[in-house]
Amino acid sequence: MSPLLSALLLSAGYNSALVTLGAALLGAAGGAVGTFVLLRRRSLVSDAIGHATLPGLALAFIVMALLTGDGRWMPGLMLGAAITAALGLATIDIMTHRTRLHEDAAIGAVLSVYFGAGVVLLTVIQMLDTGNQAGLSTYLLGSAAGMLRSEALLIAIVSGAAAITIFALHRPLTMLAFDGDYAAVRGAQVRRLDFTLSLILLAVVVTSLKVVGLVLSVAITIIPAVAARFWTDRVHLMVPIAACLGAVGAYLGAAVSSTTHGLPTGSLIVLTLFALFMLSMLFAPGRGVLASMVRHHRFRLRVHERQGLLAIAHREPIYDALTLRVLRRANWMRRDGVPTPAGIKTARAAVENEVLWKLYHDLMPVEASEMVNQRMYPVHEVLPPDTVADLLRLRRQAIAGGLVEPAYRGNVPRAL
Amino acid sequence: MLVDFLQLSLTPMLIGACASVTCALLGNFLILRRQSLIGDAVSHVVLPGIVGAFLITGTVSALAMLAGAAVAAIVAVVLIEVIRRLGKVEPGAAMGVVFTAMFAGGVLWLERSNASSVHLDVEHVLYGNLESLIWLAGDGLAALVSAAALAQLPPQLFRLFGVLLLTASAVMLARRGLILGTFDEAFAASVGARPRWISLGLLLLVALAAVAAFEAVGAILVVAMFICPAATARLLTNRLGRQLELSVAFALTATVLGLGMATYGPMALGGTHSVSGAGMIAVISGLQLATACAFAPHRTRSRIGATDAP
Repeated sequence: MSPLLSALLLSAGYNSALVTLGAALLGAAGGAVGTFVLLRRRSLVSDAIGHATLPGLALAFIVMALLTGDGRWMPGLMLGAAITAALGLATIDIMTHRTRLHEDAAIGAVLSVYFGAGVVLLTVIQMLDTGNQAGLSTYLLGSAAGMLRSEALLIAIVSGAAAITIFALHRPLTMLAFDGDYAAVRGAQVRRLDFTLSLILLAVVVTSLKVVGLVLSVAITIIPAVAARFWTDRVHLMVPIAACLGAVGAYLGAAVSSTTHGLPTGSLIVLTLFALFMLSMLFAPGRGVLASMVRHHRFRLRVHERQGLLAIAHREPIYDALTLRVLRRANWMRRDGVPTPAGIKTARAAVENEVLWKLYHDLMPVEASEMVNQRMYPVHEVLPPDTVADLLRLRRQAIAGGLVEPAYRGNVPRAL
Repeated sequence: MLVDFLQLSLTPMLIGACASVTCALLGNFLILRRQSLIGDAVSHVVLPGIVGAFLITGTVSALAMLAGAAVAAIVAVVLIEVIRRLGKVEPGAAMGVVFTAMFAGGVLWLERSNASSVHLDVEHVLYGNLESLIWLAGDGLAALVSAAALAQLPPQLFRLFGVLLLTASAVMLARRGLILGTFDEAFAASVGARPRWISLGLLLLVALAAVAAFEAVGAILVVAMFICPAATARLLTNRLGRQLELSVAFALTATVLGLGMATYGPMALGGTHSVSGAGMIAVISGLQLATACAFAPHRTRSRIGATDAP
């Protein structure tokens, strides 16, 4: 069996199976929390969190190296990372609420200054010359290869806990994402919920450092969520879809990187997620590019069909090639351009439909102008039945009262 | 001591100052337009372009890299726009998808090719190599007027000085349109100030500054300098002209102080090596901003009517 296949099937050894599964859980947690962060319009906050972990990582490394001689103990590094990341989050919060700077400036300032401080500390570590300094560079771009069993377990446990918390809180979080004021009125603790969401985001980003790396950690919370946006408009579906996409992307990326030493795991996971995102954008039903193209083409044919039928009814010549093709394909027109009996019948119906739409437009101009693209379709397919009944009644009255001819053209009198 | 300064500290300081001032000038408009994170995105997306240019031409020539970076930046802009339109997501999220994916692609490309063994690596892209831009010919005050010695100044200095001149003159010339377009795009369009072209020009200058600067000083300093000095200045004044001047002053002081502390601070404490200059400049500019956030006169949103702008 090839190494890639065995890695994908989790049979490349207990350790790498654990790493791959841990990465998958991490991806799921990132997708789930990312959905709410996206809906709350705060996606790039996690970029600041990711970069703000560097000084904490470096400080924790220095402290542990001075105390024990080895600074690479992951739980300690994660704790240090979490502390400075939380400080960074608090800085963003203070800057956006207490000063007149906007959130984008706050995010950028925190991201660059904390990262700069981390870089300074990295050079300090080089100066201390404790050996083992290579241990930190894997946190920059992530490395799943050579991960300890305990580290993989820790990642899996934290990610699992984060994912479960998100699923448990998804109802209040949904309310918060769409209407914070409404959530407050319904008795939700908005500030506490926002804080909880930030806390989960922080936990996911800090956990992702070893696998994805701090520079790209923002990707596992953004990309699955944006990809899921193409599949559905409903939050209760978007969360599991984003979680699945995140899990699959992280799983594949980690499995591929475990087969070759030296491949940056973070990059592979991000690129796999991006591939899933591109697939979603192109092929998702509803909002995908392909689906919109099909919908657009159908609409175009419909417009040509209607124009052709109206032209037949008004005995106007048709020159447009596509219109002719549409009419012929429906057997409404012969090859020589003469309408068939079925075509003439449908054309009359189309004129009648047009008259009803005009009537509707005169009665309710605002509503009708919002539906201008729907006029290709029969009224009874678009409007509610009682409205259609009203329109038909008015039309019959107009004809019976001699106000209009049945072969009606022109405006319906306002008296209707 | 003087020779040491001339050889080792002068050129990093000048190069750092050129990069910082260029970024700070443009940063003023990015902050007011709420586009601060464009600098961050640009400095990430150009990586695959630079790697690609290196692999195609086989050299680290500035022109090829600039071309590669420009191609990458255009691809990124198109992708972001497509994702934003089709996905109906906020611009920040679309940006996040694109810049992480492109940076990841650049990193992977770099690792798979042999470019990392030559001159390019990810750490270099992030932190820059300000300390390595030394001027060995500067062995005395006489070198400052000697054409032969001046010719050996690092080429980055001339490049960044050129970009600084270009940026400063563009900001001066297009000042009126820039200001109008920043505060009221509709009005700017109505008086024929072409806000769309101005926005595009600003974006181009930002990309140019980011690419030219980050080769010398690293992406992180570029991002810090786009935001911190301008944000600090914004909290100190309500007048844009004054804000521009102040931001340049903050960029310069942060560069000089940061590099000075990075070079001489550890020595004063008994260390032997210097710490990262780019990182230290970012930290100093962050401290400036923090101080402004705590004490600056215009740190809070001004109430209606309570403004000193003419």
